Amino acid sequence: MKSEYAARPSGGRSTSTSRSARASRRQLKLYLFCYLGLLPTILLFVILRVRPLFSTLQLSFYNWNMIKPIKPFVGFDNYRALLKDDLFLLSLRNTTLFAFGTVIMTAVLSLALASALSGRRKMSAFYQVVYFIPVVTPMVPVSIIWKWIYDPGYGLLNYILSFFGIEPVGWLTYPNLALFSIIVMCIWKALGYNMVMFLVGLKAISRQYYEAAAIDGASGWKSFRYITLPLLKPIILYVLVTSTIDAFNVFTPVYVMTTGSQGAPGNAVRTLVYNMYEDGFRYFKMGYASAQAAVLLLIVLVLTVLQFAFLRHEDTSSQGP
Amino acid sequence: MRSTATRGDVILRHRRAVFSPGGIAVQVILAAGALTMVLPFIWMLSTSFKPPAEVISWPPRFIPLHPTVKNYVDAMKAAPFFRFFINSFLVSGISTLSILLTSSFSGFLFAKYRFPGRDIIFIAILATAMVPFQSYMIPFYLFMRDLGWLSTYQGLVAPLLIMSFGIFFMRQNILSIPDELMDAARIDGCSEFGIYTKIILPLSKAALSALSIFAFRNAWSDFIWPLLITNDINLYTMELGLGMFQHRFTVDYGCITAGSVISVAPILVVFAVFRRNIIEGITLTGLKG
Repeated sequence: MKSEYAARPSGGRSTSTSRSARASRRQLKLYLFCYLGLLPTILLFVILRVRPLFSTLQLSFYNWNMIKPIKPFVGFDNYRALLKDDLFLLSLRNTTLFAFGTVIMTAVLSLALASALSGRRKMSAFYQVVYFIPVVTPMVPVSIIWKWIYDPGYGLLNYILSFFGIEPVGWLTYPNLALFSIIVMCIWKALGYNMVMFLVGLKAISRQYYEAAAIDGASGWKSFRYITLPLLKPIILYVLVTSTIDAFNVFTPVYVMTTGSQGAPGNAVRTLVYNMYEDGFRYFKMGYASAQAAVLLLIVLVLTVLQFAFLRHEDTSSQGP
Repeated sequence: MRSTATRGDVILRHRRAVFSPGGIAVQVILAAGALTMVLPFIWMLSTSFKPPAEVISWPPRFIPLHPTVKNYVDAMKAAPFFRFFINSFLVSGISTLSILLTSSFSGFLFAKYRFPGRDIIFIAILATAMVPFQSYMIPFYLFMRDLGWLSTYQGLVAPLLIMSFGIFFMRQNILSIPDELMDAARIDGCSEFGIYTKIILPLSKAALSALSIFAFRNAWSDFIWPLLITNDINLYTMELGLGMFQHRFTVDYGCITAGSVISVAPILVVFAVFRRNIIEGITLTGLKG
């Protein structure tokens, strides 16, 4: 336990009232220092985070188009309507496919890359930088480049595939393919981040574990399965949780890639946030859009809890008899 | 004896692996992956220097036959990219500064003092670290509208002023600073605030620089909030400006890629210079948490 300054018994065993009074005055001054110091942060926190979060939940029970001053309370009507809203259900499906597609594929690929690179210091430094270039590039230019790569008429991808005798494909124009194409782009963008995270984790695993395992005759896949994976679990957990949450909030690539005649058909890649944006800021159905935001919040919460629970369960089962 | 021999064996096997058939396959895959990472950028750069006829020529060429800068001239004329850059820089800069200040000071208080309600406040802040902005952006928009902050810099930067995660991150880092240093400073007559400025801040430079990279990048790549709050092209950030730009020139890929190069170039130059710091800033900030 770390000793905290203000927590120390003030004045020791002294019984002198003046001393203890001075000490408690000092204690009060310290409290004041802490509360005053935290005040700006707490105020910002309440105004910028807590209040909007509660307003989301509150708004979701109202029917409001932003123009009219009256806001009729409708209870759970917005939520009930969501269950019958085809576009919302489609967005939910697309977002789920997108999130699991990108997160799982990125994690698997980057884990393989990181394992290949770990222990090769020089090579690793070079590849980390190269694989990180898409990570530092913001989403809008990335989406623009990939939209051009996916172009059915003059795109680079169709050109490369033509060497293998594959006919030109409308990557963004076929509904299911469009979602897949955006997934591939997002894997490309996130690969380097995941890879570096896993490399950091791998570096922390002591060489001795592998040496001991080698003596016991375990190497290759076995040592990966029984040493690397369990010891990497905290980082895998962190990466999975954060990237799943990010993936469920995907908006920018969808927004960029659905614009224009060469873009993806809107509904094919419609995601939760995109649907919410349209309902809220194109049709001004603020209450309805807020209900969607609340659903999004719920999904994020459930996912976080599930992933933590899942990994914890794995942990105990692997340590069992 | 036996164990040292085996250890030598392991290391030998590891060295040899690079040149074995499996090792070569790994090398090829890594190199192909690296090429895949870079190729889109080369393709973007190449298209941006092509005259319209060459952009839609088949088969495409990587090196333009008649390179031209006309796309860049057109792009700069069509949209105030310099302005976008300044806006992004301002918004990201103010956001980063505010996050550094609030995170380091409250992180310091959470790490080094004990006061009633401390843990409850801290957990409340931490609980929102995972909550995505998208889930409360609608009330946030209405709030900004009520303040009359739509299409203003204040409105643009407001949601980016604090980062729950930053507070947690700074607290974790400051916890590892020994209390003895603080006690020694107190004996020398240092005030509590002086401890923050003279001891805590200098000793958490590494954490602060990691957090600033993380926060700056976060603010810079924000897209949906600027899209909601600004109608004024003079307030567009780089991300929004480029998004709107490609909206207008949907099929003129020469021009669009030129715009993209303009927006990406400063980032890649900064990355080329500070690559290690940036990689660590973005990844380690997450891991320490």
